[in-house]
Amino acid sequence: MSTLDLLSLDFVRNALIAGVVLAVLSGLLGPVVVGRGMAFSVHGTAELAFAGGAGALLVFGTDAVGWGALVGAVLVALLFGALGRAQRERDSVIGVLLSFGLGLGVLFQSLYTGRSANKFGLLVGQIVGVDVGDVLTLALVGVVVLGVFAVVRRPLLFASLDPEVAAARGVPVRALSIVFAVLLGVTVALGVQIVGALLVLCLLITPAAAAAQVTASPTLASVLAVVFAEVAVIGGIVASLDAGLPISPFVASIAFVIYVVCRALGALRTRRRATRATIMAG
Amino acid sequence: MSSTPSLRLSGAEVRRGGRTLWTGLDLDVAPGEFVTVLGPNGSGKTTLLSVLLGLLPLAAGTCEVGGRAPRRGNATVGYVPQHTNVDPLTPLRERDLVGLGLDGHRFGPALRGRAERARKVREALLQVDALDLADAPVGALSGGEQQRLRIAQALVGDPGLLLADEPLHSLDLARQRTVVDLLERRRREHGTAVVLVTHELNPVLPVTDRVLYLVDGQFRIGTPDEVMTSETLSELYRTEVDVVRVRDRIVVVGAEDRLVHTGGGP
Repeated sequence: MSTLDLLSLDFVRNALIAGVVLAVLSGLLGPVVVGRGMAFSVHGTAELAFAGGAGALLVFGTDAVGWGALVGAVLVALLFGALGRAQRERDSVIGVLLSFGLGLGVLFQSLYTGRSANKFGLLVGQIVGVDVGDVLTLALVGVVVLGVFAVVRRPLLFASLDPEVAAARGVPVRALSIVFAVLLGVTVALGVQIVGALLVLCLLITPAAAAAQVTASPTLASVLAVVFAEVAVIGGIVASLDAGLPISPFVASIAFVIYVVCRALGALRTRRRATRATIMAG
Repeated sequence: MSSTPSLRLSGAEVRRGGRTLWTGLDLDVAPGEFVTVLGPNGSGKTTLLSVLLGLLPLAAGTCEVGGRAPRRGNATVGYVPQHTNVDPLTPLRERDLVGLGLDGHRFGPALRGRAERARKVREALLQVDALDLADAPVGALSGGEQQRLRIAQALVGDPGLLLADEPLHSLDLARQRTVVDLLERRRREHGTAVVLVTHELNPVLPVTDRVLYLVDGQFRIGTPDEVMTSETLSELYRTEVDVVRVRDRIVVVGAEDRLVHTGGGP
């Protein structure tokens, strides 16, 4: 079968829709994650989503995986959100919980005696296993997350990039950090089921980090992050169909290439600005 | 000019962590007045700003800002926070940061009033002579440029009271003068009262109307000539302090060594 034939299959279409929704969410939340310096806490949240999903798989079976991942991710995201901004303490607490979650997840998986594809899906992604019901749930959750994000985006950006003045201007900095933690937890839980715990970062961090290299406009950065995430996910799915390999390596590689190109462009931009400044000063 | 003081403290007392920082503070600041707050670390200078911003309640006494109790998000108060470095890769331009000062606290997408918003942001940038930097990433700016930008951000809401926390910190003399000129122009042209916290009186001495000097729970308020004397500062620091006038500068000798001991930590 050619790639085009494959694309007309139901499960592939479901996978694509799921990927598109996930990429929109990741692309929009990504710049805030990067702005708040939360890359490590995203990774930690993903590992706890993995533990939650694996635990649910063990106890309740395959139907409960999504809920398990969601509960694990949101709980730990709330905890990370409450940690405050002291980088060093935050890093160590995240490290402690991340490794514990990973260990727990591995234990649950070893005890699980069902199909091994169910096991590894949570770590490396199982997008082709997404069915119509999953897609509907995903789309619904996506719309809710987007709606909340649209409402809080501006004060959230203010609180993330300029916390002192934001607090003085009456922005509920603490409450927003909890709201964002929930949004992030939900997104990570969805991501874990699609691209897997190990690669959630490549959708939540890489596109936003790439966008930050080439633009200083917050709006354009969000738009670019969404576009980059979409290219990585859709490109990854199509390429994996063609090659008959798992999608994660393709998603990760495409995102990485985008990042490298943006870095190169960013370096050029900086140099040009520096040259201009020298000319103006001279 | 209106008769309502821009800010009024009476019998104000502040406690933090079980310790009384200062008590019995009475201070009226008139519109257009420039008050410089001095004192060693830990004497409660920044805490005073927190009270005026409505972030910290008084333990006793009353406080009014523009005739009303201080409250978070008061649009008539502009705030220039202590300088912090902005990561060069933060996707944020000058005009974005200034714009956040205008409406960053509002929820929901900004759909209407974009032209008006852009005009106010331009005006604020113009006031600090930074219009040419409007599209520059905040993280790529020098310390002096960032400080000017912070002032634009504080001025964009057209405040009647401007609170500035160490706005001259780590700036060279020329840039210090630029920032002081901006503040001076603002209070002269718009009658904005300025309360400025600093370790260094000299850069703001020419524009300072009154000094609030806080040391270890004690304080003095008055014109620089009244407060900055050997006698007054020796009383405040409870040790021999010499105040020497060298041309248009005031040099305080003997207080520096006490900083650590009176400070009680940050």
